[in-house]
Amino acid sequence: MAIQQAPDTQIQGGQWDGSLEELRGLVSERAMTGETMLLNMGPHHPSTHGVLRLLLELDGEEIVTCIPDIGFLHTGIEKNIESKSYEKAVVLTDRMDYLSPISNNTVYSMAVEKLADIDVPERAQLIRVTVLELQRLASHLVWLGTHAIDLGAMSVFLYCFREREKILDMLEMLSGQRLMGSYIRPGGVWRDITPEFLPALRAFLDIVPSRIDDYETLLTRNPLWIDRTQGIGVVEPEVALAWGISGPTLRGSGVNWDIRKSSPYMGYETFDFNVPLGEHGDVYDRFLCRVREMRVTVKILYQAYARLEKQPTGIFRSQNRKFVPPPRAELGRSMEAVIHHFKLWTEGFSAPDEEVYVSIESPRGEIGCYMHGTGGTKPRRVHFKTPSFIHIGALPVMTKGHLIADLVAIVGSIDCVLGDCDR
Amino acid sequence: MGVTSKLGNLGVVTTTLDVAVNWARNGAMWPLLFGLACCAIEYMATQASNYDLSRFGMELNRATPRQADLLIVSGRVTRKMAPVIRQLYDQMASPKWVIAMGDCASCGGVYNNYAVVQGVDEIIPVDVYVAGCPPRPEQLLHGIMTLQEKVNGMTIKEWA
Amino acid sequence: MFPQQASDPAAALKAALPDALLDVKEFRGEITLIIQREQIAEVARFMRDTPGLLFTFLSDISAVDYYPEATRPERFGVSYHLYSLLYNRKVRLKVFVPEDDTTVPTATDVWPSANWPEREIFDMMGISFDGHPDMRRLLMPEDWDGHPHRRDYPLGYETIQFSFNVEEILKHKPSARDARSTND
Repeated sequence: MAIQQAPDTQIQGGQWDGSLEELRGLVSERAMTGETMLLNMGPHHPSTHGVLRLLLELDGEEIVTCIPDIGFLHTGIEKNIESKSYEKAVVLTDRMDYLSPISNNTVYSMAVEKLADIDVPERAQLIRVTVLELQRLASHLVWLGTHAIDLGAMSVFLYCFREREKILDMLEMLSGQRLMGSYIRPGGVWRDITPEFLPALRAFLDIVPSRIDDYETLLTRNPLWIDRTQGIGVVEPEVALAWGISGPTLRGSGVNWDIRKSSPYMGYETFDFNVPLGEHGDVYDRFLCRVREMRVTVKILYQAYARLEKQPTGIFRSQNRKFVPPPRAELGRSMEAVIHHFKLWTEGFSAPDEEVYVSIESPRGEIGCYMHGTGGTKPRRVHFKTPSFIHIGALPVMTKGHLIADLVAIVGSIDCVLGDCDR
Repeated sequence: MGVTSKLGNLGVVTTTLDVAVNWARNGAMWPLLFGLACCAIEYMATQASNYDLSRFGMELNRATPRQADLLIVSGRVTRKMAPVIRQLYDQMASPKWVIAMGDCASCGGVYNNYAVVQGVDEIIPVDVYVAGCPPRPEQLLHGIMTLQEKVNGMTIKEWA
Repeated sequence: MFPQQASDPAAALKAALPDALLDVKEFRGEITLIIQREQIAEVARFMRDTPGLLFTFLSDISAVDYYPEATRPERFGVSYHLYSLLYNRKVRLKVFVPEDDTTVPTATDVWPSANWPEREIFDMMGISFDGHPDMRRLLMPEDWDGHPHRRDYPLGYETIQFSFNVEEILKHKPSARDARSTND
């Protein structure tokens, strides 16, 4: 294969040297005459939750048009995955939605399992649900902390990160890494739960409900918070569906769609939980949806803990050696294990030349993985449908007519992560 | 050239001045409120109460580069973002320092493709590289303390 | 009134727009309808509005490049993943796009959520959508050349640095060579 050089890097900073003509058709006619002002809310901004650039056309302080400009975090993950085997690409999927790497791993692994027809044992599904819900809680904590600090409530940020540290400790017990553990792999999970995980989980679950009460005490009935968030960014249910909004952002408008309920995966149908819904579709309702979702997550975790306690050790990954590497202890005893190990780690397993699409409920919304195999060991195309991408695309509709301060509240309420958006 | 040239090498006075100035620079180095990707989340965790950054004087993250001393490049630098980072670095006033936090900022990390700049040192000079994907808060704190040692070794050669 | 019973998408489409439906495939429980490229907009409207189908939610539009293997009729494929909230089911519409005529009618009139996925496919695969309100690059910088997700576009990686090629690699990195602080 020919050696490929990276292009020469002659980067200089500079001002935008385009002309107003480029924006004709994107902004209203009043901007052409200078009646409305064009403001750049640049990629470096304290409240945009990452490198999001918004070009705002303002009439005073009211937003007439909002044009999001993304791609500042486009990492080419999808193209990178095309050159890796199915198992090795799990590491890359971690880093897309970096606030909930477990969801990315899960949707990718589920797509591989569907394409190559790999089974997932029941206990592995149970561990996956536990870790998914822990990750959902961690992601909502970051969302709450950053959303609150954008609107001025600084102490909530510190409280949320204190709880998140405990969750990260638990994830570290499982996968060895706080974030980006690549814990969920095709066929199950990487390794069994360690003995200190279950007591830590129990201790954590016992304190979390009172901590969520603390956050609600600070915010839910706070007149400042209510003034900043009620009636802001209202999205009607039909508009939300037409613009592809999913997850808590959609449920804030009252649409009862949760993939964990409608198309259950990983055994979610065996858990008893309800789905919180909003009513008005404004920022406040989306906030309430997510906070209540945190409590629902704790409920699911209690049930998962009770089941895991009955089987603290056991199988955690598929035993199909055509797809899953054997444990190292087996290599000394079995010739087949050595051969499987060799084949799987040198070239990997093959998947048919067909396409599948799998979607799950990530903390942000519906994350989907479209996978097209080649019949060989590397995928032909892997495309991730990420919720933040669609939601930021719907920002122009959600922010029309609002003030810039409201824009900050709306961007916080859609819980966008730019790594998720740009991949 | 300032004090040393006018009064000669006074030994004790000028070295104590260096120590004092470096102590001031170290004790209240304000980072730029800048986060790109996953490492920014670990940076936020370092800022939070468990691994407090305020004890290093870095409680204030300045949103504007004009008031910031330290640029912690936390996350992958893409080719589209590179001119922006360069402009931010240029807008910062001297003295300024750069920490490349994480593997992506140090060397391109996991990504070796068309979209990611292979290390932010292709664009801006870096003082401290912190490895990890993402680095643990303790690793970042070690990087910051390494930077503090580096600052302690600086001397004033020019008075503006 | 009560909503109508769910009807079979393939049968309904065959009855209403017979020459639009080229083929029906099923794999691992997923139904794929191969649609004639020029009629995708009518088919999309049909899928969204017909009682019994009501696929009001567009999950995703994905494009795939079959280069260099000639196992498929045309070089590119564009898949529309639809979901019906009322009947809780999914379907995929697939369109094949040849290399010499990479245009597809847009679906933004039917589902506004198609806006950004179509822009991304234009940016990454080079397939443009007729009638799209804003056909510009989305993820790559505006002046970027080429369409990165095509299979003949190089990955663009930097070669591994050994001692024999370190000089040549560092030629491309002006600042890395002299990475020095400017504060002295």
